Amino acid sequence: MRVIPIQGAVPPSAGGCDDDHGEVPRLALPLARRDFLKGSGILMGTLATGTVLATLAPSPVWALELKALSKAEGETLMAMGRVLYPHEKLPDAVYALLAKDLDGKAAGDAGAAQMIKDGVAALDRAAGGDFRKADAQKKLAAVKSLEGQSFFGTVRGQCITSLYDNDMAYATFGYPGSAWEKGGYITRGFQDLKWLPAPSKAASPPVDL
Amino acid sequence: MAKFDLNDDSVVVIIGSGAGGGTLANELAQKGIKVVCLEAGAQQSNASFINDEWKSFSQLAWLDARTTSGSWRVAKDFAGLPAWICKTVGGTTTHWAGASLRFQEHEFRTRTVYGEIKGANLLDWPITLKELEPYYSKAEDKMGVTRTHGIPGLPGNNNFKVMHAGAMKLGYKDVHTGNMAINSQPRDGRGRCMQLGFCFQGCKSGAKWSTLYTEIPRAEATGNFELRSESHVARIEHNAQGRVNAVVYFDKNKKEQRQKARIVCVAGNSIETPRLLLLSASNLFKDGLANSSGQVGRNYMRHMTGSVYAAFKNPVHMYRGTTMAGIVRDEAGHNTKRGFAGGYEMETLALGLPFMAAFLNPGAWGADFAWWMERYTQLAGMWLVGEDMPRETNRITLNDKVKDQWGLAAPNVHFDDHENDIAMREHAFRQGERIYQAAGAIRTFRTPPYPSTHNLGTCRMSARPQDGVCNKWGQTHDIPNLFISDGSQFTTGGAENPTLTIVTLAIRQADYIAQQMTARAL
Repeated sequence: MRVIPIQGAVPPSAGGCDDDHGEVPRLALPLARRDFLKGSGILMGTLATGTVLATLAPSPVWALELKALSKAEGETLMAMGRVLYPHEKLPDAVYALLAKDLDGKAAGDAGAAQMIKDGVAALDRAAGGDFRKADAQKKLAAVKSLEGQSFFGTVRGQCITSLYDNDMAYATFGYPGSAWEKGGYITRGFQDLKWLPAPSKAASPPVDL
Repeated sequence: MAKFDLNDDSVVVIIGSGAGGGTLANELAQKGIKVVCLEAGAQQSNASFINDEWKSFSQLAWLDARTTSGSWRVAKDFAGLPAWICKTVGGTTTHWAGASLRFQEHEFRTRTVYGEIKGANLLDWPITLKELEPYYSKAEDKMGVTRTHGIPGLPGNNNFKVMHAGAMKLGYKDVHTGNMAINSQPRDGRGRCMQLGFCFQGCKSGAKWSTLYTEIPRAEATGNFELRSESHVARIEHNAQGRVNAVVYFDKNKKEQRQKARIVCVAGNSIETPRLLLLSASNLFKDGLANSSGQVGRNYMRHMTGSVYAAFKNPVHMYRGTTMAGIVRDEAGHNTKRGFAGGYEMETLALGLPFMAAFLNPGAWGADFAWWMERYTQLAGMWLVGEDMPRETNRITLNDKVKDQWGLAAPNVHFDDHENDIAMREHAFRQGERIYQAAGAIRTFRTPPYPSTHNLGTCRMSARPQDGVCNKWGQTHDIPNLFISDGSQFTTGGAENPTLTIVTLAIRQADYIAQQMTARAL
């Protein structure tokens, strides 16, 4: 899935430190472009209206084709991702990136594909049926029961880059990424924190522009 | 740029183009000495640096096969990545934060001042601070270190404001925006810091000193210097008299080449430098070059490190501006009342969202980890860096079971924390947490060490040949025309970030080499 930013760059001054609360401000939105749909394993979803990611999106619908894994396997991996790194604010479209990246691994390596398929089956067994439909407690117990296995390690490790290194996560958690294109932060709030006493000029000399 | 013949045996061959190699190369070239610099990595530029953490990591980091062993946590969290250092023209000066602190006087004579510490292989340096002071001054001027030579300090960012406020409340006194090789105003043909926030990814504005765009182009301009990038050195050869005389390397086209040499200087950072000496073992030098002491690869130090991150009710946006934006130096001295020898620095540090996920608590998952990530904009962070104990058993060895892409034995990095390191880390964690609590933190977190950025000591300086690998000039005890020109020379590690001292030693070594060449001693 390609992630394309709409409206170009994130607006300058993405929230100041003089805000009196820590809510992530609304930012320009990235959008998951729909892939051409052809395989059998297809993950689909919508970005919930009212979320930071959906408000500016031209279409709230996203879809993703899997090459080596089935739809059920993809959804189970997404659900496992939500247990490992539970973020209510992150839409399913981000967890679908995890399924997509693991599917990519499986597509290029028969051993990895088997390991992932076996792992998904083990999750279902541990949940006493369909992992996707188990309640939160059962899901957590099922994931925990696999800790230490290579399937668990593969999925957990993949989460770190799949879930946190994408434009949707950046926007959700308030990280603007690269700043040099906007001239850095020298005039854009690198020292705008006002809720603590300011350091002396000796400790922190003024900006010399 | 000059071009030298492979059979030109009058050249000085320098292996590595970072803080040690790049500086030494320029200093020698300025004196009219012919230099060939072999750099394993590719050439980047301010324009080609990528301000995206993972992409930059792929672009700059040394990712050749390495293995780990020992009880340090890095071996568990990053088994194949013991060090976060670079393979690129300019070496790790592309990635470094810019902190440029002189060693303290007592840190050159720790065996005398700390006494004998069980399980540590402490030794006094064969040089003193007094001898190094004029060279420290030259290095600071060269690098444009703030708060030296009339250069103003950098303005502190939000992350520093948090550290500063907490440190003041705790009663710390020596708290400021540091001595940084980052321009606070335009200087030396480079612009001022734009507070980009990506110091670790290569400074796109060029405000941060790196040999890539200072020493190397200046060396090229002399006509005495040739840089060969993407040239991976496989071994150093010697003649029947035991003098080194050639360097064998794989060039850009993966073809083996042999450059003849009058002098060879090794500056591959403290893992590759001893590895290369070990890989160069011969009938004459069965244990590797310059290893009659058996100390090559031993006494590997990586600084006591750890980080503290803290979450606040209010926003911080720590990623804005200089990564290492300020320092608390009050704990840097030697004060055994704290329960350990040596000292440590507390320096702000910020990670982007992708690296926060990777490094906050490697291996962790679940609701608590998610809690921290969701407060990303409300986090402040600091890095703890202190002197660790040299130990003979902490060492770089050749792992014959694992080969790199050239078929050469990969280095294994073995490290066990000394009790002193553990006691210091505990103290530093506690003080870091107290700073943030004093500033109003709602929670604090102790982040374990990142892969090592300060790799030191594996070819250490010693007064006596049996105690170390090289003398006070970095010249190996066994082979007079073979020099160690990077942080491997450090006898002990000090509490300070090592780059300034590496550059200082390189400037001083250049004077010595030039004088020895003039005297026909080399």
